[in-house]
Amino acid sequence: MSLIDRRLNRGQATPVDALIRDVRLFDPRARIDRLGDLLIRAGEIAEIADQGTISAPEGAETVDGTGLHAFPGFVEPHAHLRTPGREDEEDLDSGTRAAAAGGYCALLAMPNTDPVVDTASVLCALRDSAHREARIPTGFLAAITRGQRGDELTEMAELADAGALGFTDDGSPVSRAGVLRQALQYQRLCGGLLALHEEDRSLSGAGVMHEGSVSALLGLAGIPSISESTTIARDAAIAHYEGGRLHIQHVSALESVACVEQAKRAGVNLTAEVTPHHLCLTDAAVRTLDTNFKMNPPLRSDADRIALIEGLRSGVIDCIATDHAPHAREEKEDPFEVAPMGVTGLETAFAALHTELVLPGVLALAVVVTRLTAGGAPFGLDVPSLAPGSAANVCLADLGATWEVGEAGYESRSANCAFAGRRLTGRVRMTIAGGAVAYRERSFAIGAV
Amino acid sequence: MKNLLEVDGLTREDIERILNRAESFGEVAGRPIKKVPTLRGRTVINLFYEASTRTSSSFELAAKRLSADVVSFKAAGSSVDKGESLKDTVQTLSAYDPAAIVVRSPYVGAAHLVAGWTAAAVVNAGDGKHEHPTQALLDLYTLRQRLGSLDGVRIWIVGDVLHSRVARSNILAFSRMGCEVTVCGPPTLIPRGVEALGCDVRYSLDELHQADVIYALRMQRERMEGSFVPSLREYAARFQIDGRRLSPSQLLMHPGPVNRGVELAAEVIDSPQALIVAQVESGVVVRMAVLYELLAGGGGAGRVLDAVTEPQPA
Repeated sequence: MSLIDRRLNRGQATPVDALIRDVRLFDPRARIDRLGDLLIRAGEIAEIADQGTISAPEGAETVDGTGLHAFPGFVEPHAHLRTPGREDEEDLDSGTRAAAAGGYCALLAMPNTDPVVDTASVLCALRDSAHREARIPTGFLAAITRGQRGDELTEMAELADAGALGFTDDGSPVSRAGVLRQALQYQRLCGGLLALHEEDRSLSGAGVMHEGSVSALLGLAGIPSISESTTIARDAAIAHYEGGRLHIQHVSALESVACVEQAKRAGVNLTAEVTPHHLCLTDAAVRTLDTNFKMNPPLRSDADRIALIEGLRSGVIDCIATDHAPHAREEKEDPFEVAPMGVTGLETAFAALHTELVLPGVLALAVVVTRLTAGGAPFGLDVPSLAPGSAANVCLADLGATWEVGEAGYESRSANCAFAGRRLTGRVRMTIAGGAVAYRERSFAIGAV
Repeated sequence: MKNLLEVDGLTREDIERILNRAESFGEVAGRPIKKVPTLRGRTVINLFYEASTRTSSSFELAAKRLSADVVSFKAAGSSVDKGESLKDTVQTLSAYDPAAIVVRSPYVGAAHLVAGWTAAAVVNAGDGKHEHPTQALLDLYTLRQRLGSLDGVRIWIVGDVLHSRVARSNILAFSRMGCEVTVCGPPTLIPRGVEALGCDVRYSLDELHQADVIYALRMQRERMEGSFVPSLREYAARFQIDGRRLSPSQLLMHPGPVNRGVELAAEVIDSPQALIVAQVESGVVVRMAVLYELLAGGGGAGRVLDAVTEPQPA
């Protein structure tokens, strides 16, 4: 049995043998919630047992898990690794290192690079690089349209054969309904999920933040919620008509949650994701004009935020995606209207959700962990599990540790984090991805018994 | 007060202190030598990234009447053309150790950014569509000179509120001083959520007779391109303040420059109710008061204030 999907790529990794002792094992999907020891042999979860009942096999590392939680590793369905083209902002090594530091065991990268991933040759070159540099199994989506210009379809079948995990024009919507329809028709031939950035550019116009009382006060052009929700409604109707499959990226508005729910109830084959920043922050934060609160879709009102949380709890929204979008410091230092959209989030996703939603009792830890691990499922990837026999994908976290975001820098090459400067509770100590150790916090002792 | 970045950060007490000081500078303005020594030896830099006539000239005059050395820096013909970033420009100018930087920019929040990069006091002379706090202060000053008190005064701000920093600053400033503010214009030019600033919204002038003061905004021709209004003709028909709509008991204000025949008809511009020229006059003394507040108002404010209430010719 292969440990990772053949479409995922990573650099050299040694299958781990380890015994994690006295750890709180928590995998809600597998109904595992107990204190115990976790034995990993040759990169596979071999055994879960009561504390002290397993002795470490020869050569296996022993990890003291006292006070720690072991979760299945998280899966990021939506990250921008800026490679090729803007390696000054992020590269495959730094981006996947940031992911591993956030507890992620797999990651899907978006194709809005320079050049755009819209041909098999670009995709294969990228997979080659990832095969050398990626710290965790990394997959790539390809563009739906050439150059993501929204006009002509890419060679989707060849791209699928070359290992594209799905298709997206993320960063831009597929504005023309006819083009999206053709892509959905073509999906019957090539497979592959269509992941959509939903936005009606004629409604969002020159908008740079959520349209509401804060944008009215600041004089900033607003992006109305209907820019997103009307496009979701349109695309769900087209997918229904063509019998296609869609994944709705970074849902941000109350109306959008309603559209997704309605579409699912009508039998449309679609999934949806939401970001930690949309779950934890609102447009009130933009009052500071800090460009680390500028992203697309924008932070919306508290009513929107509550609807997103409810959608995540009920399952209308399937998974959490960070939309990790690194940007150069000098570009984020421009005035708010000029600065690029996007924030980093891989290193803070779990801690932010734990601090802002789990600790105050808004969401159960089980919901957060389940949705953080579910990101690959829409794209056909296995959901990580702690159940014996699974590939070892483990996030080891200290839920009592507090830290200030950015105090010790970032693994990412960029620092435009929406949670920069916040004190968060919950810290990833170690990540095992696809059977190999991908991250270990510097202070986290190796082999201490 | 370290910087003046927005009206939103000011209390009624702050505003009244600045207006009272402007009044004392008003006495200086009536003298043959209109200068006081308050800022002698200190430097004020005007950094203007947008065309401006009255704001830049009145800031320059205000600084000079306080005896400051003034450098005016216009974006055109500077190293900004060579792609120097705002941050680099501000850090370079800060090396000259200015006491204050007055900044106008087409971008929201530019003055806030500048304030983060320099030790100098920063005055926002207009940041995109966000705020223009000294305009609001001079409007309050002008109206207070005319009416005495602003409490309960009903003000209608008419026109393109969406694109107007003057509207935003003035809604906040007038309501903070106890006025009842109504904004009125085509629905396409009234931002969603503007009520949160503390004003009522109307889409027609039918109830304009309720207003004590009408504040008309500049209607820019380029708004036609975004089809915010179908034509200037239709705009003027619905929203122009003319002799028919302006009653003799109402006062009329406008931030200038006026588009004659668009937002205002010629007959009202020159009417006795129009405060437009008085607004321009107020610009200098109010900006003197703002510079004084930021550069001489803190610490031993009492003593310096005494010196200025009885201004010394320099």
